[in-house]
Amino acid sequence: MMRFRQYFAIAFVVLLARGGIAAEQPLPQSIILASTTSVENSGLLAHILPAFTRETGITVHVLAQGTGQALETATRDDADLVLVHDPEAEQKFITAGDGIDRHQIAWNDFIVVGPRSDPAHISGTHDAVAALTAIASTKAPFVSRGDKSGTDALEHRLWRLAGIDPVAAGGGSWYRDIGGGMGAALNTAQAMNAYTISDRGTWLSFGNKGDLAVLVEGDPRLVNRYDVILLNPAKHPVPKQALAKRFAQWLLSPEGQAAIGAYKVDGEQLFHPSATAPR
Amino acid sequence: MVSLSATAIAAVVGLPCGAGLAICRFPGRRALILLANACLGLPPVVVGLGLYLILSRSGPLGGLALLFTPGAMVIAQALLATPIVTALTHRAVEEPWQDYCGALRVDGASRLRSIGMLLAIARRSVVTAVLAGFGRTISEVGAVLIVGGNIAGYTRIMTTAIVLKTSEGDLGLALGLGCILIGISVAVSACAFVLWERR
Repeated sequence: MMRFRQYFAIAFVVLLARGGIAAEQPLPQSIILASTTSVENSGLLAHILPAFTRETGITVHVLAQGTGQALETATRDDADLVLVHDPEAEQKFITAGDGIDRHQIAWNDFIVVGPRSDPAHISGTHDAVAALTAIASTKAPFVSRGDKSGTDALEHRLWRLAGIDPVAAGGGSWYRDIGGGMGAALNTAQAMNAYTISDRGTWLSFGNKGDLAVLVEGDPRLVNRYDVILLNPAKHPVPKQALAKRFAQWLLSPEGQAAIGAYKVDGEQLFHPSATAPR
Repeated sequence: MVSLSATAIAAVVGLPCGAGLAICRFPGRRALILLANACLGLPPVVVGLGLYLILSRSGPLGGLALLFTPGAMVIAQALLATPIVTALTHRAVEEPWQDYCGALRVDGASRLRSIGMLLAIARRSVVTAVLAGFGRTISEVGAVLIVGGNIAGYTRIMTTAIVLKTSEGDLGLALGLGCILIGISVAVSACAFVLWERR
C-alpha cells in the first residue's frame, strides 16, 4: 500500500514540475513561423535563425508544413507570420484580407528529377512543359506531391500549360499522387524509378538520391520565389505582430540577406537573396 | 519526457478509474466500460486533429496558447493512454474484486481503500496496464506531429525526428534514432519489471 502511495506522490510531483515548465512556455520572446518544408528540410532556417536570435533575443519556432497548410495555419491565427512559395495561393491569402506586407526574400529554382535510364528522354532539355508531356505520353511513372504545397501548385500549373489532366490520364497507374512532403516524394521517386519535380534546395540537401538525377532545369517557368507575409491585424488578433515584423525586416535586411546567400551545401548556394531585386 | 508525463497522467487518472469501474455500481457504468474499451483503438491522428481544433487560437481553448507546445503533446498522449490504462486496470481488478469483496466489506474498508488494496493485489497486471499506456505514448507520432508542430529543440521528439530525418533522405540517422527509441522502450519496461518483481 505504502509503495503505491509513494508512487503516486512521485508521479504527482513530476507532473507538477512538468506543468510548471509547460505553463512558462512559450517564452514571451518567441514567434511561430509557418513555413514550407523546403526551407526547413534544406537546412536554410537552421542556418540563419541562430544569427537572428543572437541579435534580437527572439526565438523563432518553425512549423514546416508546405505552403497550403502554412497559410491555413496562419488563417486560424496559429502562426505569427508565414514564409511560403506559391504566388497564386499567396495572392488569395492577401486578397481575402488575411495577409499584408508580402516581400520576396530569396529565390532558387525547381527542377525535374528522374531515373538516369530516363525512359521519356527528357535529360538535358530546358522546357518543363514539353518534359511533362513526354512523361505523360510514355506513361513513365511520375510522383506528385498532392499536398497543396508550393511545389505541388507549380506542378499543376505546368500540367495545365501542357493541356494534360494527369489524374484522368494516369491516376492510379503512372501518375502517383502520394500526398506527402518533398522528402517523401523524393524517397518514393527513388524507390519507384519515377520522375518528380523538386525545389533545388531540398534536392541538394537530400540524402537518399540513389539513381535519381537532375534532368530538366533552366526553364524560366521553374523559378521558385520565397515570400514572407505578415498577418493582417485588421482580421487577426496578432499579439506578436511587432516581433513578427522584426523578423520579416531582418530577413530583408543586408544581414539577413547575407545569411541566406551564405548558406551552401557541398559548395553550392541553395538560395539567392532577392529582397532588393525581386525576380 | 513528454511520453513519461503523459503516461503518469494516464496512470493517475486511469488506475483509480479502472478500479472504480470494477467496484462501484452506478448508472452508466457499463457504458463507461464500453467507452474505455472502444477507445483502445482511438486513432492518434483523429485525437491530434480534434485537439488541434480545440487548442487553436481560433478554437474554444485558444486562450491557453497551448498549441505547438510540449503541453499540448502531453495532453494528446494522455488522452490516448488513459483509456488503455483504464480498460486494462478494470480487467485486472475485476477478478480479485469477486474474490475479495466479501472480506473487504467485512473489514469495513471504504471504497477508496478497497481500490488501493485491489490495485496492490493485481499489481502485476496493473504494471502491464501502465506499460501498455507508455507503449502507446512513446510510439505515437500522428497526434504529437499535429499538435506539437515538430519544432526543432522545442516540440521535436524521437518519433517526429524520425519522420523528419526519413523525409530528408537521411535514412541511416532515422534508423539510428529508431534503435535508440526501441532501446528506451525496452529499458523502461525492464526497469518497471525489475522494480515491481522485487517486492
